[in-house]
Amino acid sequence: MADAHDPLRVLAAARWRIALTLTAVMIAVYFGFIALIAYDRELLSVRLAQGLTLGIVLGALVIVVSWLLTYIYVRWANAHYDEQLAALKSEGEG
Amino acid sequence: MIILASQASTLAPSRIGQPNAVAMAFFVVFIAITLGITYWAARKTRTTEHFYAAGRTISPGQNGFALAGDYMSAASFLGIAGLVSTTGFDGLIYSTGWLVGWPVVLFLIAEPLRNLGKYTFADVVALRLRQAPVRVASAIGTLATVILYLIAQMVGAGGLIKLMFGLSYETAIVIVGVAMIAYVLFGGMLATTWVQIVKAALLLGGAFLLAVLVLARFGMNPAALFAAASTKYGAAVLNPGKLVSNPLDAISLGMALMFGTAGLPHILMRFYTVPDAKAARTSVFYATGLIGFFYLLTFVLGFGAMVLVGPDAIKGVDKGGNMAAPLLAEHLGGTPFLGFIAAVAFATILAVVAGLTLSGAAALSHDLWVSVVRKGMASAGEQLRVARIATVVLGVIAVVLGITFKGQNVAFMVSLAFAIAASGNFPALLLSIFWRRLTTAGAVSSMLFGTIATLVLIYLSPTIQVDILKHTTAWFPLKNPALLTIPLSFVIGITVSLLQSAAPQEEGMSAHDRRMHLGEVGD
Repeated sequence: MADAHDPLRVLAAARWRIALTLTAVMIAVYFGFIALIAYDRELLSVRLAQGLTLGIVLGALVIVVSWLLTYIYVRWANAHYDEQLAALKSEGEG
Repeated sequence: MIILASQASTLAPSRIGQPNAVAMAFFVVFIAITLGITYWAARKTRTTEHFYAAGRTISPGQNGFALAGDYMSAASFLGIAGLVSTTGFDGLIYSTGWLVGWPVVLFLIAEPLRNLGKYTFADVVALRLRQAPVRVASAIGTLATVILYLIAQMVGAGGLIKLMFGLSYETAIVIVGVAMIAYVLFGGMLATTWVQIVKAALLLGGAFLLAVLVLARFGMNPAALFAAASTKYGAAVLNPGKLVSNPLDAISLGMALMFGTAGLPHILMRFYTVPDAKAARTSVFYATGLIGFFYLLTFVLGFGAMVLVGPDAIKGVDKGGNMAAPLLAEHLGGTPFLGFIAAVAFATILAVVAGLTLSGAAALSHDLWVSVVRKGMASAGEQLRVARIATVVLGVIAVVLGITFKGQNVAFMVSLAFAIAASGNFPALLLSIFWRRLTTAGAVSSMLFGTIATLVLIYLSPTIQVDILKHTTAWFPLKNPALLTIPLSFVIGITVSLLQSAAPQEEGMSAHDRRMHLGEVGD
């Protein structure tokens, strides 16, 4: 199983690639929000509608983005990762 | 940061602080139900696998609620609602900060942890390394996190109960201590899990009902609520305010919250209660949904309290603003609803301290006693006995510390606990999962540095030097050291490992990596 074409190794690399990409997006979104609060209050204070500033909308969006990212990951893992893992397990046993 | 510990005055014409029959009734019902659960769980708790991991029988949905229950503390419920009610927008910084760690837990930690470990996160770090030093270092990180978190919760509980039920501080602490020890001692993880589930359902239900009652006054439109707040208290309440006066402070606190979640021992321990890695994954997905929803609700509650109760009335009852949500409940639903929310807040604290105590007991018994003192040779009966002794010891410590810190400002201890989890526990855990060249010395130095540096820098920070000791300046500029300590813990773990010039690993996947994905057969 030492070659680079080990299917489990390929699958593991795919999982880490997706996990790290999604983590990077989460970090960028959250610290982007914090950086805006810290460095550009005027922008966040822009009124989008009666009672709604851009800051409030973006804050709520941070939470929505967190949900979306977890949804994307779970969907991918349930559909692809688990299936291929199950195939590898049965191959290993057979 | 967010807190429960400020003093009350008796000026407001509220029923808060007077014995409240409805609150008492709800609370007695909660205690009765949870002790019933404990009795049922006790009959099933016969082995360490049951005691620490509920026999790995918890479903993803149940664990999602239990994770949310472990995480949504009274500090975040009362504290964020209070902060929003008195400062407006700035509270949102916390609402988002408390959630964004969860996707990170899902992507990087939950599944490998479930496949590689047994009861504690130290199982994973120690897997390929020398047991004794790694277990000792991670137990230090775990206990530091757990004890600081416990102090904050206990002191908050004492103050809260005094404020809401009129009981004495000490009586309140002892009630919390006794109930919490009973859950954990007799019912182990199974009882603790169900206490979290009941509490999470009550807290979410209570917050949701309260938010609906608020929004009903504003045509079910949050924007109309915010507009009313801005008409009444000025447009500034919808803009970023003075909470973030130093950008680096905001980023540092954000890092502690984001990565601390992935290093909280009582949260990590929950992933062992489900049957497999897929269930661990699904449970974080549910938890993220529930917790995000909860923090959106607290934002609405905060603005509701600002408009309907008013910041002055809120600060009149408690300077820290912590009574915003209970006062809002009283305004909307009278004494019965106040009683219900008060009982929910109490139940919340009780559940969180139970989870913390169990994870601390696991570090003492599973990591220190069984793995280090007895070198893995303890019998099953001895392991369970030691786990129970450790539970009582930690429970008593929690009560004693709760009483010792009476009247102290311990609000900073929650963010300190997150900073230690983020700097002491998280880097070593992540490296042990990801990086095959991590050595024993690397892991141990990363964990010890993270924990000790965080403690020392907090002591030297404005949080202690200026806010508590009343000095005019502090040696270290940041209120929370995570910005510095998290990267340094990684650098130290990696550098020390590389200096030992470990033999390059063989090509291909190690047994460790295979197990991380496939799980262990028969586990």
